[in-house]
Amino acid sequence: MTQAVPVSAEAPPAATPPELAPARRLRWLLGLGPLLALVVAAVLPYFRLPLPGILDGVFNSPGNLQLLATCLVFGGLAASYDLLFGRTGLLSFGHALYFAAGIYGTDVLVTRAGLPLWQAAVFALVGSTTLAALLGAIALRTAGIAFAMVTLAFAQVGAILVARDFGGLTGGEEGLPIGGAGLPDFLVGVANTVNLYWLALAYVAVVVFVVARVAGSPTGRVLAGLRDDERRVGVLGLDPYRYKLVAFTLAGGLAALGGIVYVLVVGGASPHVTSSELTLSLLVMVVLGGPGTRWGPVIGGILYMYLDNRLTNLATDLPGPLSQPLFVLGAIFILAVYFFPGGLASLATRVGPIRAAFTRRQPRTRS
Amino acid sequence: MSTFILLTLTGLGLAALYFLVASGLSLVFGLADVLNFAHGLFLSVGAYATWWAADHLPGAGPTGFGFVLAAAFGVVCGAVVAALVELVLIRPLYSRTIEQVLVTVGLSLAGVALLQATWGADPRPFPRPEWTRRVTAIGDAHIPNASLLLVLAAAAVLALLLLFLRFTRVGLVIRAGVENREMVTALGIDVRKAFTLVFAIGGAAAALAGALGGVYFGSVSPAQGGSLLIFAFIVVVIGGMGSVVGSAYAAVAVGLLQQFVNYYGTAGLGDICVVALLAIVLLVRPQGIAGRAVTA
Repeated sequence: MTQAVPVSAEAPPAATPPELAPARRLRWLLGLGPLLALVVAAVLPYFRLPLPGILDGVFNSPGNLQLLATCLVFGGLAASYDLLFGRTGLLSFGHALYFAAGIYGTDVLVTRAGLPLWQAAVFALVGSTTLAALLGAIALRTAGIAFAMVTLAFAQVGAILVARDFGGLTGGEEGLPIGGAGLPDFLVGVANTVNLYWLALAYVAVVVFVVARVAGSPTGRVLAGLRDDERRVGVLGLDPYRYKLVAFTLAGGLAALGGIVYVLVVGGASPHVTSSELTLSLLVMVVLGGPGTRWGPVIGGILYMYLDNRLTNLATDLPGPLSQPLFVLGAIFILAVYFFPGGLASLATRVGPIRAAFTRRQPRTRS
Repeated sequence: MSTFILLTLTGLGLAALYFLVASGLSLVFGLADVLNFAHGLFLSVGAYATWWAADHLPGAGPTGFGFVLAAAFGVVCGAVVAALVELVLIRPLYSRTIEQVLVTVGLSLAGVALLQATWGADPRPFPRPEWTRRVTAIGDAHIPNASLLLVLAAAAVLALLLLFLRFTRVGLVIRAGVENREMVTALGIDVRKAFTLVFAIGGAAAALAGALGGVYFGSVSPAQGGSLLIFAFIVVVIGGMGSVVGSAYAAVAVGLLQQFVNYYGTAGLGDICVVALLAIVLLVRPQGIAGRAVTA
């Protein structure tokens, strides 16, 4: 991932000299861009926009809103995974475990234990984050590829626990639809799908904000240092293990938060969220979008889920292997690794004029 | 007592399956630093090729010599596919480890989907030779012959691999490459040829695991390789990466533990114990049983 981000992007922020004040004002305006996008995305459900070819029917039909909410959750989830992969250089194959812990934790506490949603969510979040800290503490004793294998093995335990249905808690293969007195009315029912959409949007905003803040902080600079050369960080007298554990725990917590939103969006848990395939998909999303960039992973996640969904719908018309969404996505991914190392986010840097604007914007990630 | 013998031998059968997958994985990782996610695909290729050959290849069939021919065809297919993957996909990304891993991830997703598109997602009944359906009495235990076949095959592969690594020139290059790749390259020896060979050997072993796994489970499905692969990863980490002997020890430990706990405890508990064993080994000895310092 050495070419993912220009090194200059990770340079420490310098105080802006007075002669750069106009540039600074421009930067400030450009900084409003994401906020503007957020506002546009938030008001979109008020318009009955038909988008032929992209979505079936009008934009704000419940089905489309649910699809978009799912895409948004995965955008945020991919961004949380990028905190490990793109920012810290940790190749974890068990990120789906914390997502699934958030999903099943919330679902089981609401449906089986009858807790109110907010309590269940808090317990699930705290529990999953603790789990991430514990398992991270063990897995980080290894490095590189061994770390990838160990996280994969831990995630596999989650998959086994869910599939074997110990104590009849998880519903096994059937999954567990969320329900019960604990769910607030405004999150239940087809008419309220728009609230779920906003919830997913809020989740993406939170993840992007947190990841950007962390990446811009002194801790973030240490994480970037770990990604580039771990020994150098050690030589500086910092403890790489501790910083990696912080990143691992935080990413796990953000993934669990995504799980809590996801279980509400799809209305229940199904065992496929524990599969190793999901973590592999996260990796695909991040690499397609552009690892180590602010928007790349989000866009990659949204696009991947959208394509996955659309290709499944179109599948019946396509011949042979093209009828398998995973074949198409896997093939795109392999081509992307060869010909598009920086992912979608590098598109901007490949076009001259936009590149100028983009590089000027980069220091914003620090402030 | 009979239960004990039965569990031991079926556990060893499972261990044999893990070893066949893990040995190639471990060698490939040790030499080329590639964590090969597509290794499960080689297994599926071997299983499907054997299944296909038993019906279509002249002279092959589900019984006797016909099955040997079918399995041999599967093994050759696995080796060829693995060598092609190395030549076409891995080699252009020489020494860019993360990209190599990413490509195998993409390949594992696309490859399984391709198998699924061709033969459907449902398991297909596997042509099991008559002999493997029967049981052999050892003491007062009745052991399925399929388990015995797996144990024998894995022992043979282990012996052949060790002979190959210890007593041939290429084996020497591979062993030296696992120890220190830069030094071997500096001596003017082309390690890349060894990469292709190791991939082919690993692919052949995985394909054999696919063919015999088909006999053991009685069916083939596209996802079979993936689920075995995770336990093979665990075996590789416990055994120490790059060590074939370590993989053999670890495979036996994992197979027996899984079988015994699954029988005496709840089903599924054995799988969890295996991961607990992994955690313990990592805490006590991060480099694995037979491994030296783990490099990033």
